[in-house]
Amino acid sequence: MDWQAIWLSVRLAVSTTFILLALGLPLAYWITFSRRRWKFLVEAVVALPLVLPPTVLGFYVLLAIGPRSPAGALYERISGSILPFSFQGLLVASVLYSLPFMVQPVAAGFAAVDRRLLEASWCLGVSHLATFRRVLAPLAMPGIATGAILSFAHTMGEFGVVLMVGGNIAGVTRTVSISIYDQVQALDYAAAGETSLVLLGLSFTVLALTYALQRRIWAVWPLS
Amino acid sequence: MAAELKCRCRKRRASGFELDADLAIPLGAPAVTVLFGPSGAGKTSLLRVLAGLEQPDEGSIWLNGLCWYDSARGISLRPQQRRTGFLFQDYALFPHLTVAANVRYAARRERADRLIEAFGLAPLAGRRPGAISGGQQQRVALARALAAEPALLLLDEPLSALDAATRTRLRQDLRRMLVESGVPAIVVTHDRVEAMALGDWMAVIVEGRIRQAGPIQSVFGRPADAQVAESVGVENVLPGEIVGRDSGLVTVRVGARQLQCVDRGDSGLVFVCIRGEDVTLSRELPHESSVRNRLCGVVRAVNVEGPLARVELDCGFFLIAVVTAQSARDLGLRPGDELCAMIKATTVHLVAV
Repeated sequence: MDWQAIWLSVRLAVSTTFILLALGLPLAYWITFSRRRWKFLVEAVVALPLVLPPTVLGFYVLLAIGPRSPAGALYERISGSILPFSFQGLLVASVLYSLPFMVQPVAAGFAAVDRRLLEASWCLGVSHLATFRRVLAPLAMPGIATGAILSFAHTMGEFGVVLMVGGNIAGVTRTVSISIYDQVQALDYAAAGETSLVLLGLSFTVLALTYALQRRIWAVWPLS
Repeated sequence: MAAELKCRCRKRRASGFELDADLAIPLGAPAVTVLFGPSGAGKTSLLRVLAGLEQPDEGSIWLNGLCWYDSARGISLRPQQRRTGFLFQDYALFPHLTVAANVRYAARRERADRLIEAFGLAPLAGRRPGAISGGQQQRVALARALAAEPALLLLDEPLSALDAATRTRLRQDLRRMLVESGVPAIVVTHDRVEAMALGDWMAVIVEGRIRQAGPIQSVFGRPADAQVAESVGVENVLPGEIVGRDSGLVTVRVGARQLQCVDRGDSGLVFVCIRGEDVTLSRELPHESSVRNRLCGVVRAVNVEGPLARVELDCGFFLIAVVTAQSARDLGLRPGDELCAMIKATTVHLVAV
């Protein structure tokens, strides 16, 4: 069994989940409470990875972070290395790929909280940020937990985006799903079976946990 | 500086409803101001504008010489800076926190604990809001608001979330708590009994506009116009005192006269409420009648408003009767006429002061 690939996938999934918590919570807050007319455009962009083929997403990410793009060039100047075919590049792609899996359950969790509770807190002199921390986040915890668990599980299993952006470098970008693909190509069915079973067991555990945590938010969602 | 809330603001909604409130409320001496009006009149909107939860389109709001909002100067304090204790209709207690944690939420610990004691919440301190009654929730919400040391309390229909029996019981409690808190309060209600029981001062809002404001008795007793009269509903609100009770009836002294009405457990000083429609007029006293209250007096004015006529009768106190214009014509009513008014004991309502 390719423990190196499993460990890499776990590292990638954990990092992605934490970055998504930092990005997704403010974004979900804005989507839930903003009254801007063009809000639907942002919602559509956030949901895009749900329907876009991973190869298409990976292709654009590759262009965007490549050394010829402004962002890629800037990264190269600062760090001295390039983003494509590196763990960091993979992280950028994973964050984009799993964005809706974090934002949508969290936004649904926020929307389920009675707005008057937030207003009551504001009138008591408590700032927006402290109200978020003391009232909104605790009450939306099932949604936040759902988002985190799904982001983790989704990143664990990603294949197409990884192949486009990260390639297949052992210990750097070879994730579990790529490792399984390699094993099948090499006709090593026994190893592929073992690794697949680990991934299957992990995914099932994570999803069972999610459903147990909060049925309502996730039940209507298509599982990709 | 005189304690005063001055608010002049306009806000137009997409639905076409327009709030156009011009209001000056003396705060402090009259402890509780009632914002009264039918549903949809804009009471809650005005309250939310005062708290800073909604922005008016234009206008200004001043509390005790401090500017909260001024569209001309681009000033708008956030709700956090205004520090109004806002009591929502369903109290909006934080469901994930205990009663004690709710009261302590935005307050110094000692002050919160003092209020928990004073409001009798100590036995409930460890419970969640979902596990206590509506009346208890109201007390927690009031304690939480007061703990944050507000400059002004805003209460949105504070009794409407309770069942009828509890509502009647808690009216006087709420009034006492508001007065004892020493914080000026504005209470929104559409219930006239509630208004009389809670308020010292009253502003009537109809279709987004403040139509009349003043001491509660004078607004009820002398509505500024027909629309206010219609919305306050009761033509006669008279200060009285219960002087006796006998076999299910109480005797109330109003001025030099006495009225009888059904005993509902009131005592001491009361407001006597009589709807103009419930007053029957007659040239002479009938010999035999079931009517308990018969008052003779002199007609001071007869105002015909469409199919109805408002007759002002001076019978030791001013009594307004509403009869059909046809009846007023048939009786040939004119100012100066001697007339008898009859009021059934069952139609006289008493509200405790």
